[in-house]
Amino acid sequence: MSQDPQQATAVDTGSWLVCQANVLGETVTDLLIVDGVITQMGTELSDENATVIDASHQIALPGLVDIHTHLREPGREDAETVETGTRAAAKGGYTAVFAMANSNPVADTAGVVEQVWGLGRAAGWTQVQPIGAVTVGLEGKNLSEIGAMAESRAQVRVFSDDGKCVHDPLLMRRALEYVKTFDGVVAQHAQEPRLTEDAQMNEGSVSADLGLAGWPAVAEESIIARDVLLAQHVGSRVHICHLSTKGSVELVRWAKQRGIDVTAEVTPHHLLLTDELVRTFDPVFKVNPPLRTDEDVAAVRAAVADGTIDVVGTDHAPHPREDKECEWSCAAMGMTGLETALSVVHHTLVETGAISWRDVARIMSQTPAQIGRLEGQGRPLEVGEPANIVLFDPAAVTTVDPEKHASKGRNSPYKGLTLPGSVRATFFKGHPVVLDGELMRPHPAAR
Amino acid sequence: MKHLLSTKNLTRDQAIEILDTADRMADVGQQSVKKLPALRGRTVVNLFFEDSTRTRISFETAAKRLSADVINFSAKGSSVSKGESLKDTAQTLMAMEADAVVIRHGASGAPQQLATTGWIDAAVLNAGDGKHEHPTQALLDAMTLREHRSKLAGTATTGTGLDGMHVVIAGDILHSRVARSNMWLLNTLGARVTFVAPPTLLPVGVEHWPARIVFDLDQALAQNPDAVMLLRVQRERMHAAFFPSEAEYARWWGLTPERLAALDAAGATTAIMHPGPMNRGLEISSVAADSPRSTVLRQVANGVSVRMACLYLLLTGDNSAAQVL
Ligand SMILES: [Zn+2]
Repeated sequence: MSQDPQQATAVDTGSWLVCQANVLGETVTDLLIVDGVITQMGTELSDENATVIDASHQIALPGLVDIHTHLREPGREDAETVETGTRAAAKGGYTAVFAMANSNPVADTAGVVEQVWGLGRAAGWTQVQPIGAVTVGLEGKNLSEIGAMAESRAQVRVFSDDGKCVHDPLLMRRALEYVKTFDGVVAQHAQEPRLTEDAQMNEGSVSADLGLAGWPAVAEESIIARDVLLAQHVGSRVHICHLSTKGSVELVRWAKQRGIDVTAEVTPHHLLLTDELVRTFDPVFKVNPPLRTDEDVAAVRAAVADGTIDVVGTDHAPHPREDKECEWSCAAMGMTGLETALSVVHHTLVETGAISWRDVARIMSQTPAQIGRLEGQGRPLEVGEPANIVLFDPAAVTTVDPEKHASKGRNSPYKGLTLPGSVRATFFKGHPVVLDGELMRPHPAAR
Repeated sequence: MKHLLSTKNLTRDQAIEILDTADRMADVGQQSVKKLPALRGRTVVNLFFEDSTRTRISFETAAKRLSADVINFSAKGSSVSKGESLKDTAQTLMAMEADAVVIRHGASGAPQQLATTGWIDAAVLNAGDGKHEHPTQALLDAMTLREHRSKLAGTATTGTGLDGMHVVIAGDILHSRVARSNMWLLNTLGARVTFVAPPTLLPVGVEHWPARIVFDLDQALAQNPDAVMLLRVQRERMHAAFFPSEAEYARWWGLTPERLAALDAAGATTAIMHPGPMNRGLEISSVAADSPRSTVLRQVANGVSVRMACLYLLLTGDNSAAQVL
C-alpha cells in the first residue's frame, strides 16, 4: 500500500507555498505543503525550497469528493475513461470520486472494482473509489459479491445499482442489513419501475403539453418512503442518490426528525435547471431523475441550506455525441457535471446567501467522504492534514464551453451559460494536478 | 413563418391567413383543372417515420396540385432506435435539395429538432409528432368548423375566427396530438374547448390547459356544442389498464346511437367530427359516423386544401396570398 497515492505520504511531491488563500471564505492565510501534508499555516510564511502559488482572492476548500460519478470504464470507453473522467474531476476541484457500478461488465465482483480502482491509481489525477453493485448485473435479483468487494484492495463501502432502483423490498432490506458487517451503505436510485415505464421527463404541465411520457415525483418519493422505513426497521443507514422533488425533501426531513440514519444527495443540475428546458427538445436536458419544476428547485435549495440534504453529488454522466444527437425519446439520459459543479453550487447556493463556503466544504467534501468512509479525504484544512485542496476564484466568470472540457462527454446542459467562479488549482495529496486552471501532471506516485 | 411545427405558437392572424388561403385552395379543387403553377420546380419531401397512408396522400395531393415535385421517403424500418438516423436522413434530404420536408414521426419533438438543429435549411411541416402536435389536422378541423358555422348562419368564412363556438373533444386525450393541437388552435381562434375522457386518459397537468374537463359525455353534449370530436381509441390501451373493457368505454365515452338520438331530440346543430381512421362501435357508432351531422368526409377534403395553403405560404413566403390566387 505504500506506493498508493491515496494512502502514502512518503512520495516526494515537493514543497508548495500557497499564499494569501481565503480558507473557507473565513481566514486569509498561507499554507505550506510539503510531501503531501499541510505542514504550516499562518501569515507571511516562507520556505526557500517551496514553489510559491499566489492564491490571493481565492477560496481554499478541502479537495472535493464526488459521491456519484459515472466513469464508464470498463465497457463504454467511447463515453469516458477513468483517465478522462479523472482529468475532468481534477479540473473541477475533486480529489476523490466514487465511481458508479453500472459499467460493462457491471462492478459486481472484486475483479471489476479492483480494475477500476487500479485504473484510478494509474491515472493519478484524483482518487477513484469504486462503488459496488448491490445485485448481480444490476438485475435486482441476487446480491452481488458484496463481501468480496468490501475486502478487496478497493475496500468498497458504498453499494448501489444506480441507473436502476433496487425495487424489490425484500432484497433492499437484505442489502441494508448485510452491509452493516463492514459499516457499508446502500445508495439507492429511487425510481419505482412500473410507474416510470418509458418515462421521458418530469410528469407535470410541461409533459402534458409536449406529449412525453411522464416520470412522476411519486415514483421517487414512494421508494424513499419505503427505504427510510426499512432503514429504521433494520437499524441500517441508507443514502438517497440524486433526490429531486419537494416531496422527497419532506420525506427525508421527516425521517431525520425520527432519527433514521439517512443521508441525501442532490445534483448541481437539480439545483439550477427545470423541465421548462425540455420544451427545446434538446436531448442534452434529458436526465434521470428528470429536471423538475421551479418549486422543486426551491425545495432542494432550501433543503441543502437546512441540512436535510447532506451532499451535492454530480451524477456526472458523459455520453458520446451520437447518443444525444437523436430524437428525444431515443436519447440517452444523463449530463456531465464534474467540471461545472462548484460553479453551479456557487451560483445557486453561495451567491444566493443560502449557505457559506464552510457549508460548501461540508456538502462537497467532508460529508461525502464520511458517507463513503473514505479516509484521508474531506479533512479540514489544518496542519498535519493531507494536502487535498482546491483553490477557487469566486469572482471569475466562466462561459461554459463543453468543447474545452477534459471529460470526453460534450453533454453539458450549461453550454453557453455564464457561471461564476473558476477552479484555479487542485492539490491532490500535495501535488498540483491543476494550476492556473490548467491540468498539469498526474500525481508522481501514479504508475 | 419559416416552419409549421405546432399550433401552440401560431398567432390568430397567421391561423386565419392559413384558413383564408385554404378556402381559396378549395375553390381550385372545384375547377376542372385542379392545378396551380405556384410551386413549379420546388421539391417537397414526405418523410414518414410512421405509417399513415391517409396523411401522406393528403400532403402528396396538396403538393401536386401546386405543381411541386414530390418525393416520398418512408423511413419506417430504418433504425430510429439509436444513433444519427434523423440527422443522417435530414442531411440526405438536403443533398436532394428539398425545399420543404413534411415529417411524420413517432417521437415528440422530432420536427422541432429538424427545424432547430441546423441539419437542414428547408421548411419543416409537422405532419404529426408523437403525442405532441398535429397542426395541419387542427387547421383542417378549424376550416371544417368555420364552414359548419357559415352554412348555418349564411355568412362568409373569410377573415373570421371561431369566436364563441364550443367544441367537445372526447376520448384518449393523453395520447392524442390531435387533441393538443386542436386545443391550442381553438383557443387562439376564440372557441371554447371541453375535454371528455376517462381520468386515466387525461394527462397530469391538464388543469393548466385552457380547456374544461368533464368525465361525463352526456353532461357535455347536453350543452348542445357546435361540434363533438371523437378521438380514436387504441384498442391496446385496454391492456394497459386505462379502462376495463371496450364495452364499458363505448357505453360511457362513445357516441352511441342513444347519444345521437338525444342530440336530435334536443334540436342541436352539433357537428360530429373524427380525425380518422374510426373504430366504429368503440368511440363512434356507425349511425353517428354516417349521420348527416358527420363532417368526416369534409375533413378529408379540407385536409388537402389546408395542406396546400401551408405549403404555399411556407414556400412562397408570400403573405398576401389573396393577390396571387
Ligand atoms: Zn441514478
